Amino acid sequence: MRHLLGIEDLGREGIERILDRAESFEGVASRDIQKVPALRGRLIVNLFYEASTRTTSSFELAAKRLSADVISVRSSGSSVEKGESLKDTITTLDAYEPAAIVVRHPKAGAAHLVSKWTRAAVINAGDGAHAHPTQALLDVHTLRGRVGNLDGRNIWIVGDIAHSRVARSTAKAFSLMGARVTLAGPPTLMPPGIGVALGCEETTSLAKLGEADVVYALRMQHERMEGGDVPSLAEYSAHYGVTEDRLGADQLVMHPGPVNRGVEISGDVVDSSRALIAQQVAAGVAVRMAVLYELLAGAEKDGRMREVSAA
Amino acid sequence: MNGRFGWKGGTPANVLITGARVVDPRENLDQQMDVLVADGIITQIAAAGSITAGDSTITVQDAGSILMPAFTDPHIHLRTPGQEHKETIASGTMAAAAGGYCLVIAMPNTTPVIDGPDLLRGILARANETAVIPMAQTGAITRDLAGTELTEMATMMDTGAAGFTDDGIAVRDAGVLRRALRYQAVAGGVIALHEEDTALSMGAPINEGVVSARLGLRGQPGSAESTMIARDCALARMENAAIHIQHVSTYESVEVIRREKAQGTRVTAEASPHHLLLTEEACSTLDSRAKMNPPLRTEVDRNAVIAGLVDGTLDCVATDHAPHSDDEKSQPFEDAPFGTTGLETSFAVLYDELVTPGLIELGVLVERMTSGCVPFGFEPPTVAVGEPANLALFDTRAEWTAGETGWVSMSSNSCFTGRAMSGRISLTLAGGVIVHTAEANR
Repeated sequence: MRHLLGIEDLGREGIERILDRAESFEGVASRDIQKVPALRGRLIVNLFYEASTRTTSSFELAAKRLSADVISVRSSGSSVEKGESLKDTITTLDAYEPAAIVVRHPKAGAAHLVSKWTRAAVINAGDGAHAHPTQALLDVHTLRGRVGNLDGRNIWIVGDIAHSRVARSTAKAFSLMGARVTLAGPPTLMPPGIGVALGCEETTSLAKLGEADVVYALRMQHERMEGGDVPSLAEYSAHYGVTEDRLGADQLVMHPGPVNRGVEISGDVVDSSRALIAQQVAAGVAVRMAVLYELLAGAEKDGRMREVSAA
Repeated sequence: MNGRFGWKGGTPANVLITGARVVDPRENLDQQMDVLVADGIITQIAAAGSITAGDSTITVQDAGSILMPAFTDPHIHLRTPGQEHKETIASGTMAAAAGGYCLVIAMPNTTPVIDGPDLLRGILARANETAVIPMAQTGAITRDLAGTELTEMATMMDTGAAGFTDDGIAVRDAGVLRRALRYQAVAGGVIALHEEDTALSMGAPINEGVVSARLGLRGQPGSAESTMIARDCALARMENAAIHIQHVSTYESVEVIRREKAQGTRVTAEASPHHLLLTEEACSTLDSRAKMNPPLRTEVDRNAVIAGLVDGTLDCVATDHAPHSDDEKSQPFEDAPFGTTGLETSFAVLYDELVTPGLIELGVLVERMTSGCVPFGFEPPTVAVGEPANLALFDTRAEWTAGETGWVSMSSNSCFTGRAMSGRISLTLAGGVIVHTAEANR
């Protein structure tokens, strides 16, 4: 595999291979020297056309823990603001001969385009409401860490499905791992055909939320109200908020962050032991290390693996 | 018709085309014949092998080809003035010649918009210098396509307008459109309509459906088109005005037009090759060449558009040839402009995918490919003695593939790129002049 553009590039086997490796990287943070030399001397470019605290920082950290050189380019204050096209920006960055370009962009398909214009491996760190495969990987990793095998698990993804790349990638990833996924949200935030498109169940009611083993709440953005998709955040949370009242004793809760407490999820749920939100964040670095490793060192697996194990 | 198109003209041809299958449904022709063109006029049509050419006559002997009246396209974009980096009158009409056309009708959504007689006169003058085949020019319905004030339609008709359209955007205000339709009584000229309720479509880059849901893109529901067609047919009926519905793309739209025609509404309509042959699935890889407006729809819609073309609910084929530069199309799908080129591939793809599998009879397709000029007041070309030679010869044995590059058009944004086709236009005569030959097919 040359690029990671969507979770479907991996399939179940690929997901498992990467997450097994992520597990082996998890100990790195607790060492005196929090690094392995796997990608020493290789350049990784983070190109972010959207602000993102956790994705940018975890990719940076992942690259550094693999001993790679990292440069991060943000659209604000860069040549992008001066009107440079995506293609020209990539051509420019490609001249530095990066091993990988990590790209976050507000428009669907941007990472795929980037992959046509560079010799580097391209990792999609989110493109529009289309895909966010590394988020999907860390979600699967987190849940696997808690419950083991996902086969037959019942997972509900609740909220603003329409505008969520997380919903799309994570739903596909959970399905690939054998889980049964239900998408739930207000009809105005459920695009027509979404169930067929993702191979999931779809519903606009949380009446049967109790059937879920895991409830995955999506971030509800304030701008959705201005667009008229929901009448008010209060009405949204009254009908679709993930609260203790709606949850059974053994149900687990996930959220991609950042959380709007009291909107899509109540504060007591966030702080409860059923929430895996902190674990999701923690998983981000190891999973992204594993992705970089898979793309950049996977070809020389034998030699490099020994190096990693020895490190 | 005089003065209603511009063309640089050329030397009238002397050609004998012998042995081709001559197909012209208007003349009830479908058999192997010889056709003799002398001084640009069709002078003789007789049994295959029976005509002997004179000394100065070029002979094209071709038993594997189909000879048809050349095509007319009621809907193309020549990007002139203002966007000559995408297409010019010369390059666009040369692309049309390569596709077998003898007349094209250009849209007025240029920079500036063709919304007054002086601009229109300028375009026709430029066409008289550079157009490879005759081209007619529509004027805008409203000034600057703003949808509020009517243009000087009567004066533009006197100046040679082909008709009127705000193509690219709908006339949102029903009151404005009603006034334009009433005014048709004095101005004349069909009103051609791009139908899209933007409150429903919201400028979305793709059809609303399974593919848009999967890709996380906002979609245009089919009702954005069909409800506007229903509204505008009602207005046309009320005012007894003639309207022409552009690039019909949905099942519901075809149903509305069929119903309105049955009730006597003066409505004609066109179908585009991409809506006849492709669905929203072509957008799955976010290839911006598959981004056009109206968007590619579902298989149900596609089949309805084909059925509409076959039964005549949709009167003609229009390419909506919409050239864009590589730079513009090399943006993320949402940012890339709408449109695909189409002049050089239209007959070949439709022959391959509709005629060969038996979905439409060749004669019917020829009728639909030639009648696009009719709503705009032009006589369709025919293969008949005494008529100027407007002829397209189609070599059914020519195997070719639509390429990433290598187009006659200045732009290469063809939604059919990569498609292998059997058959290609090998000779085009427009107004008695040879405007395209097989040697030009790269």
